[in-house]
Order: sequence, then C-alpha cells, then structure tokens
Amino acid sequence: MTGAERTETRPMTNGQDLGAASPPAAAARIDAPKSGLAAGRRHVLDMDDFTREEILGVFQNADAMTEVLNRDIKKVPTLRGKTVVTLFYEASTRTRVSFEQAGKVLSADVINVSADSSSAKKGESLYNTALTLQAMNADIIVIRHGHSGAPHFLARHLDACVINAGDGTHAHPTQALLDLYTIRNHRGNIAGLKVAIIGDALYSRVARSNLWALTTMGAEVVLCAPPTLIPLDFLDGSRSEDGHPFASVQVESNVERALEGADVVMVLRLQLERQHAGHLPTLREYSRLYGINERRLALAKPGALVMHPGPMNEGVEIDPEVAHGARSVIEEQVTNGVAIRMALLYSMATPARRQSERKRKSGRSVDPAQRKMLL
Amino acid sequence: MKSTLIKGGRIVDPSQRIDRVADLLIEDGRVSGIDDRISGPDGGDVIDAIGLIVSPGFVDLHCHLREPGLEYKETVATGTKAAAKGGFTTVCAMPNTIPTMDSRATVDYVLQKARTEGAVRVLPIGCVTKGSLGKELAEMGELAEAGCIGFSDDGNPVADPNIMRQALSYSSALGLPIINHCETPELFRGGAMNEGWVSNRLGIKGVPNSAEETMVSRDISLAEMVGGRIHIAHISAAGAVEAVRLAKERDVLVTCEVTPHHLTLTDEAVMGNAGDGSVYGALTSAAYDTTAKVNPPLRATADRQAMISALADGVIDFVATDHAPHSSVEKLTTFEEAAFGISVLETALGSMMSLVHAGQLPLTTMIEKLTSAPASFLGRTDIGTLKPGANADVTIIDPDAEWTVDADAFLSRGKNSPLHGATLKGAVVTTLVGGETAYTV
Repeated sequence: MTGAERTETRPMTNGQDLGAASPPAAAARIDAPKSGLAAGRRHVLDMDDFTREEILGVFQNADAMTEVLNRDIKKVPTLRGKTVVTLFYEASTRTRVSFEQAGKVLSADVINVSADSSSAKKGESLYNTALTLQAMNADIIVIRHGHSGAPHFLARHLDACVINAGDGTHAHPTQALLDLYTIRNHRGNIAGLKVAIIGDALYSRVARSNLWALTTMGAEVVLCAPPTLIPLDFLDGSRSEDGHPFASVQVESNVERALEGADVVMVLRLQLERQHAGHLPTLREYSRLYGINERRLALAKPGALVMHPGPMNEGVEIDPEVAHGARSVIEEQVTNGVAIRMALLYSMATPARRQSERKRKSGRSVDPAQRKMLL
Repeated sequence: MKSTLIKGGRIVDPSQRIDRVADLLIEDGRVSGIDDRISGPDGGDVIDAIGLIVSPGFVDLHCHLREPGLEYKETVATGTKAAAKGGFTTVCAMPNTIPTMDSRATVDYVLQKARTEGAVRVLPIGCVTKGSLGKELAEMGELAEAGCIGFSDDGNPVADPNIMRQALSYSSALGLPIINHCETPELFRGGAMNEGWVSNRLGIKGVPNSAEETMVSRDISLAEMVGGRIHIAHISAAGAVEAVRLAKERDVLVTCEVTPHHLTLTDEAVMGNAGDGSVYGALTSAAYDTTAKVNPPLRATADRQAMISALADGVIDFVATDHAPHSSVEKLTTFEEAAFGISVLETALGSMMSLVHAGQLPLTTMIEKLTSAPASFLGRTDIGTLKPGANADVTIIDPDAEWTVDADAFLSRGKNSPLHGATLKGAVVTTLVGGETAYTV
C-alpha cells in the first residue's frame, strides 16, 4: 500500500464491542497488506482460485474493516480517486447497497448503473457497455448479471478490475466469503465443522461458491435437496474420480439425515420457477419435506448456526421462527457483507493503481491480443 | 485440351484401394489415369507432389452457406472459397436459409449463385417440412427435381414423430435420405452445452446425451417400420452411436455422420484454459469460450472416444463438417446469449490429421470418410474418387506441415473457431475442381 493511505490517529478501540472473535491487534493495521494478498488480486470471479491462506487474509482485512465501520467517522482514504462502478443487470438491494457502502467508506467514487435505467434497455450489448465504462476509466467494476460468465467476459475485455456480485447460476464469491467469515466469527476454525446446505443446489450460485470455499477450508459439507435439484454429476458417481474438488461432499435427499449433528445450517432460497420447470410438484411439498422448522433444527447440534443468503421465502424453505430465532445469524451475514466487500476492494487498490500506471506509461490500454491471457 | 500432371505424390484413393506413389493425369477436367510414370502432353501444367498426399477432393454432406438471407454470416462465394481452402470440392448446402430451401425458387437461387460465384461444387439439401417448421411436408418431389440430394430441417429436429414417419415413408419413393438433427426439444430447452461436471461448475444449463439418444432411437424405430433412408446428422453421444450399431446389426437402413470437432474436442473447451489445465482447476477469464458453443454440444471424453472408435470401425459412415459461420457480434457476448456453431471448413483436415498422427485413425480411413464414403452415400461415381473418367476434383495434402490457426484470416466470413491459436499438423496445399485450381497455398 502507498504511504498516502494513513489511518486516522484514534485510540485502537473506542470502547465498542467488535465481536467475540475479532483479533484486536488487526484493528489499526489496515495499511499493511495481509499475507496471500500482498501482490493484490486483480479480479474476484469465484472462490475456486482462493487458497486457504488468501481466505484467511480476507478475514483479517475484514476484521480491520469492521473496526472502521464501528467508528464514528467511517472513512479511510484507501481508494480515494478510484472509480468503482456497480453494474447490476439483476435487481438487488442488499448486495448493491453493500458494495456501494463498502466503496464509499474506502473513499472511492462509486457510480451505480442498473440495467433498466441504462442503455442496456435499448439493446446495447454487454460488450459495448463494457467498452463505454473502459473509456470512462473505471478502475473497479462490480457486476451482477443473469448470465453465468458475464464477469469473465468483462475481465477478458477490460483493463479494470472485476468483482463478481453474482453471475447467473455460477458464482457469488462475496457471499461465500461473508458466509465463511460469519461462521469463523462464531466458531473459529472452519475445518472439521459439519455444514449442511439445504436447498436448490442446481440453480444456486451461492451453493456453488460455498462448496468451493468450504471444501478449501476443510469443512464437512452435506448438500441436501430433492434429486431433481442436485446437479446430475453429483449423483452419478463421477465425484470419485481422482482430484475431484468435491469428492468429500455428501449428497443427501433426506433433510433429517442431512441436519443430524450439523454445526451450521445454510438454507437456500427456493424459487417458484422450479415448480414450473418440472423440478417440483409444489412449493407446499418442498416446504413439507425440506422446510427448516424448529423440529428439524433440533436435530442439528445445540447452538448450530442458521444462515440464509437472502432474500428469504419465509414459510417455504425456512420457518419465520427459525429465521428470526436465537440461532439465526442471518442479519449478521448482511453486516459482515460490507466488511468483506471492503476487504476485497481494498485488496484491489494495488492492481488498480498498477493498471492505471501501465496505461499512463503506454499511452493506450491493454493490447487486445494480450487481453485473453490476463487474469 | 487442357492437361495437368500431378507428379510423384502418394496417391490415396480408397474407392480403388490405391495407396502408392504414382503420377496422376488430368485432361479436360477429368481424371485420365494413374500410373507409375506418366509423361504428360507438351504444354500441360505439372504439379510437383513429391512428399505430398494426393487424394480425391473431399465431399462435405453438411455445410451452412447461409445464402439467401444471412449473408452477413457467409455467402455461397465466401463459403465455397473456404471449402476449397479446406480441400473440399463438393459441399452440400443446408436449407436453413431465409427463406428456407423449401421451394424450387430458393434452391434454384442457390444453384445459380453456385454456378456464377461458387469456387467448388454445391449440392442443395431441401427442407423436410415447409419452412422447417415441422408441421407439413415440403414438396420433396419438386425439390428432388431441382437437384436436392436429400432433406433436412437442420437447425431443428423433426420433432413430431408422426411427421418423421410420414417424411421417411414419402421420401422412400424418391430414394433420398432424411437427414435429422436428433434432439428431443424438451430435453434440450434452455441448454447451451453438454450436461456434466463442466456445465455444473460453470453454471450453464446442460443438454444431456439423452436428448440425442432418445430421438435417434425413435428414428431407428420409425425407419424399421416404414423404410426410407434415415441419416443421423452430426452424431455426438456414445449411446446414440451404440443404438446405430445395434440397428445396423439388425440390418436397419440407418446411416450417420460425425464432425471433426466432435472427434477432437470435448466440453472442456468451454473452460478456455483452466489455471492448471485441469477440468478441476480454477477458471480464468478465458472461461466461457463462446467459440466452443455448438449444437450438438461438445461432449465428454468418453463420448469423443466412442465417436473415434465408431468412425474407425465403420458404424459412423463418414465425416461431415457442419460448417456454421457466424458474425463476431453473435459470439462476442455471454455464453448463454452466443449463437451456436463453429466455422469448420478450413480446420477440418488439420483436426482429422491429429487423429491420424495420434495413431487413432489410419490415414486411408480418414480419406475414405472424407471422399468415397460420402460420395457413395450420394450415389455418385464421379466425385470422391480418382477413377478414370471421374471429375478431376483433387486435394493435395502436406501431412506434416505445421501451422497455427488464425481464425481472423479465414476465407470464411465466420471467424468463430475454438482452434484459433492452436497448432495443427497437416494442411491442404492445392485443391482442384474439375482440373482447375480452386485453391493453392
């Protein structure tokens, strides 16, 4: 990090409770990059390229960011003068506001573009939209898109850093990071914890990113859904092939068995469209067979965490009593989302700076022929 | 009399079981003969083919020339030039043009374009149903009179089993094949690539092998009942090839073709280059490669191996390119939105040679599957062969020439190739159509 990013001179703790597990020493040291993130990360596309060390590094940065968020004046100059564009092709309140806040606390200039109010509605292609943003020298682009791979498309064609805020059914890396961060804050070590992911795995980008992240951290994962909502290759035995990253994941179609002894119950949202596509008879039957209610939750370990990426269909995949009950950490997930996103934006400050230096020196942007090679 | 003497090449003509170094004499656009040492007439052209392979010109049963209506993707002129560069001297034009080739008028238009602007021979394929809409039979009798060599609704399957039954029955009187793009629509719907681990981890809706296998089985059953000549276009799934194998053992008249890409690529191509090169490795920004989006999709390794075995042992009758050019705009987008199709003509030989070099397919079989086999499917004795009197359609190949694919330099308007940047070994040096040079390096 450059010397310009000076933290304010305040006492390390201002008498606020930062949460049971946040290491106090990290609070003031947000100017030093953490191990694994020293070189800075150009893109955050999915969890499949995060090592365990990098994930822990994000947590450490997030701890420091949490401290900043608890200050009276929530402002640090890390991304001052950098332009962060949030490009959301899908409706979202929670995630977009979370990124917006994250960018603003870091002093970035945040510009929000939503598809229905942009030229996308006039039929402007993603490619041309991207080039427009490039021409405006956006440093970091946060994209949410209904098509898997849209962030990768941007990363291929732009100089900017790209953060995936959710692409189709593929990935939602920031959600997985904040989920794991929440678990870590309550449980410390994630390795060895039994995490039951209940719900529509076939269409869930949250499930996919969490599978990568949780297996990297050594958790024991159980995936539970009706067979029609489990990817076919998880059911056909090919996971036993050498080197399969999800070989250790258990797949279960009985929710009681999945919940037995779970340390964490991660509930996924079920959409009405699944019934229309023939995967389910009714939401009613899904709720009766798979809905997480108090009776089922009792099968998990006492004190098991209940999580949900939101927005919830209360009464379908999760009962209100459980959603708002003592073991629910759903609201904490939202809070942690801002700290995690700040941590990721922070880790991009160096690549973003290097990129604009490169541009200034060469007088032009990246050679198109090289774009394909760049991460 | 115009004569051309091709000297000293290794002549491989499966139709005559010839595979030896010899000279080939062409006079007035026809093959005069093959002999150990021919001294051609004075003033004739001489082509030095020492160290090269001399083959009959390739015959492609499945090619999308896009004209009329979709000229921004390709025209008869540009497509046939690409064909010539790929060593193809006859291509069969699929009818999913705008308007479709479901009437004599459109077929005549394509043939006229081929006559005036075509670089190679063009044979038309008519629609099975009007507009390829799958509801009513097209006027196959008139289409046959116009020169159609068969019928297809390619792009679409003939989804209604009763229409397929009627089509097979009706066409049996004409002796012409029904070429079906086998894909049960309800199993395909919304899919963009092969269903498997790769589609799962990429979050792309997958198309299972069953989509093809169910319709292949259906068509075999219908063919057993009413006859006709059912031909399975671009077969890709192991189970489909198995069904064809068993049907042939029962003496059912069913044939099938395979594309070069289904013999050499798998769904892993969609991943671009994974960080560590493995299908379990992290994705890079090269993932979601739209040049690998094609229908039927590139499938799993087991399917690819099954295609190679079935081609080698004869269950698959011949190779056809399914050349499907698209404009760059249609590929420069997200995977879900991109058009399906690969521009194949100029890399087909290189792809097929990779199987030969890897020892998975004998060279003579490769040439047979590109020449005599498709020609005999067409019932033609004047193409796909170097018999005396045949058209002098000749493809001269350097089997060891290494070259890097530059899709931007394709003669086809379609630059959409997953092989862009790849190094292939084996290239066409010269292509003659009727004794005239249609392409030379």
